Amino acid sequence: MRDLPSILPLRFEGVGLALGGRELVTDLDLVVERGETTVLLGPNGAGKSLLLRLAHGLVTPSRGRITWAAGQETVADRRRHAMVFQKPVMLRRSVHANLTHALAAAGFGWRRRRARAAETLDHFRLTHLAGRPARALSGGEQQRLAIARAWALDPELLFLDEPTSQLDPAATRAIEELLFGLKAEGRTLVMASHDLGQARRLAGRIVFMSGGRIIEHAGAKNFFESPRTIEAAKFLAGELL
Amino acid sequence: MATDIVSAFATAFGLIVGLDPTFLAVVALSLKVTLSALVLAAVAGLPLGALLGITRFPGRGATIVVVNTLMGLPPVVAGLVLYLLLSRSGPLGGFGLLFTPGAMIAAQTLLILPIVVALTRQTTEDLWGEYGEHLRSIGLTGARAVPTLLWDGRFALTTALLAGFGRASAEVGAVLIVGGNIAGHTRTMTTTIALETSKGDLALALGLGIALVGLTLAINAVAFSAGRIAARHVG
Ligand SMILES: Nc1ncnc2c1ncn2[C@@H]1O[C@H](COP(=O)(O)OP(=O)(O)OP(=O)(O)O)[C@@H](O)[C@H]1O
Ligand SMILES: [Mg+2]
Repeated sequence: MRDLPSILPLRFEGVGLALGGRELVTDLDLVVERGETTVLLGPNGAGKSLLLRLAHGLVTPSRGRITWAAGQETVADRRRHAMVFQKPVMLRRSVHANLTHALAAAGFGWRRRRARAAETLDHFRLTHLAGRPARALSGGEQQRLAIARAWALDPELLFLDEPTSQLDPAATRAIEELLFGLKAEGRTLVMASHDLGQARRLAGRIVFMSGGRIIEHAGAKNFFESPRTIEAAKFLAGELL
Repeated sequence: MATDIVSAFATAFGLIVGLDPTFLAVVALSLKVTLSALVLAAVAGLPLGALLGITRFPGRGATIVVVNTLMGLPPVVAGLVLYLLLSRSGPLGGFGLLFTPGAMIAAQTLLILPIVVALTRQTTEDLWGEYGEHLRSIGLTGARAVPTLLWDGRFALTTALLAGFGRASAEVGAVLIVGGNIAGHTRTMTTTIALETSKGDLALALGLGIALVGLTLAINAVAFSAGRIAARHVG
């Protein structure tokens, strides 16, 4: 990872989003510190994806503030966080071209683009697939490419929206290995997941959401051993889905 | 009668195989006019259609309806409108374009443009639905997303351009009105076919008809196989 001043902590202060008169998320208060891995848990429709999209700047809050280390987000800050979506978005191009496209968008010149793409393919063991149409890859390979494509931009912070929800156990484990690698590089991860085992394996902190609110925000060990709210306890017992 | 037709076919083939100069001049002018119109319509219509596909503004729905309607604009009406604009007393009369190949190019551009805009709008809107969040995530918003969408929609867009080419090369009304069907100057395949048929010279008409269908067939065949080969490589 490049040695640049950190954009973290990321701070949500009273963030809310209303669309068409309906409150989708309300009163989100949250701090994401540098180097942490935060897993968002909660039933369907809890607001996990919306929280990620708000943080990544894909949606503008209708209430509250989202700030970064320097205060308001700058264009340079914006380049330092990337997002991986639940269903990988694969351009109708080769694996290699999917990487160079994102790099070009980030302002990499032709030569640096090629070098970085080659490095990324190598790092993610995708070199043998470089010339293949990205959309012809398996689900696991596509998600690997999506993460590789985000990594190529050298983000300090990665948002991941249920990156393994469509994968089989073996592919899930392979993606988790990649995520451990990202953590080891010092990157900060914020990830939505429905997989409690995965949350136990990866999370440093847990944000538990329900009904568009953050119900609990705690260290992972505390959350799993002694949830403070009845809702979280029910969720962990598999009763709140 | 039957022998008339047979001999007309024979003469027609003679014109084609013998590369008759009049025949060739007409084919060349037709191609020049239609291909120029296609290029102009593509240059303007692809980005316009893409912007229409990905932006939201008041009146967008009405714009789409108008563009879709213009796809069916009768060529004679397009020709008439352009005639009024280009005629000596019209607002664009000063350019002296009426009864020149330039006027014919303008007329056919007018016919192709709505097709290109409408089909590009549809293609890019669908793609944007799929790509939108990722493109915005990597900083490609608004007009900056257009090149990606056009490139990734290239197979569908090629079909749109072929449809445009088909419409322009097949129409008679617009080029007849603004071109005037002047021998050696503004005669296209279709206007010549119409004229020669009414004069009873079936051979030239048939020869041009065969050439027109053959050209369209060849272009579609090339585009189809190019698309298949490319699709195998990029998915
Ligand atoms: N663009 C939108 N327009 C209207 N409602 C929306 C929109 N996006 C999300 N919502 C609503 O906001 C709520 C939270 O959605 P969100 O996708 O964040 O949930 P989630 O926690 O990610 O759920 P899941 O686990 O199913 O992915 C849901 O009720 C959803 O229907
Ligand atoms: Mg979600």
